[in-house]
Amino acid sequence: MSGAGQPLGGTDARGPGAADPCPVCVRVETADFSVADEYRSVRERLGGRAGAIATFVGLVRDLAGDGPVGVLELEHYPGMTERSIAAIVDQAVARWPLLDVVVIHRVGALHPTEQIVYVQVASGHRAAAFAACEFIMDYLKTEAVFWKRESGPAGQRWIESTGEDRARLASWSNDAPADGGHAPTGAQR
Amino acid sequence: MTNSAVRVEVRFFASLREATGCPALALELPAGADFAALCAVLADRLGPAALEALTAGNVRVARNQTLATPPFALADGDEVAFLPPVTGG
Repeated sequence: MSGAGQPLGGTDARGPGAADPCPVCVRVETADFSVADEYRSVRERLGGRAGAIATFVGLVRDLAGDGPVGVLELEHYPGMTERSIAAIVDQAVARWPLLDVVVIHRVGALHPTEQIVYVQVASGHRAAAFAACEFIMDYLKTEAVFWKRESGPAGQRWIESTGEDRARLASWSNDAPADGGHAPTGAQR
Repeated sequence: MTNSAVRVEVRFFASLREATGCPALALELPAGADFAALCAVLADRLGPAALEALTAGNVRVARNQTLATPPFALADGDEVAFLPPVTGG
């Protein structure tokens, strides 16, 4: 796995390197985000170059079922968290021909129905956009440096990634291409 | 003689913050101190139960915000963080 985690000096993209064709924006913040704003913004950035933009929004489910409303508290490690996300995006950029990636992850106290995470991937064609969006989410679930604590009527507990999360992650290395640049067979739908 | 002590900022996140009762500690260790020496000081400061939580098999350690596998040496100014299992998304 050579694409993992190499250099990224800052938390926001990989700098203005001329050799880099794919701008990356990683934001970790308490404020909510607007899908419409992000979508409009990427369309303005890319003009006619993008043939496909895949977006994913994760929401806070009603953790308490039909009991009192639960709260999900998200904690992160400023600096390391952003770099962990950037490293995940790096792997996606190395693997598929992407044009633009935005990842927004909220922290702090979040309530059911609130938006928690946003992944937006632009590419020339849909296969890469779909696959990279899913890949990034699967990695966020298991490798990004966040901690979640849910509070409900039954008390508080720290949430860990599930066996299904880890299985999804593992499935990406089964069909890993030797190098990046083209959509893997797994991307075919 | 210059002071060659190793000053280390230690950070605890999530369940480990709760186990230790604090988010961070600023420690001054003797020259040449490594991760094991840090743990010895932490056991002394926080008690054996906290140290057990910090050294559980699923806890990862970051040195200067990069995952590190003990044993490793410490340098003056290092930040060492104890990370319980992560999950995002």
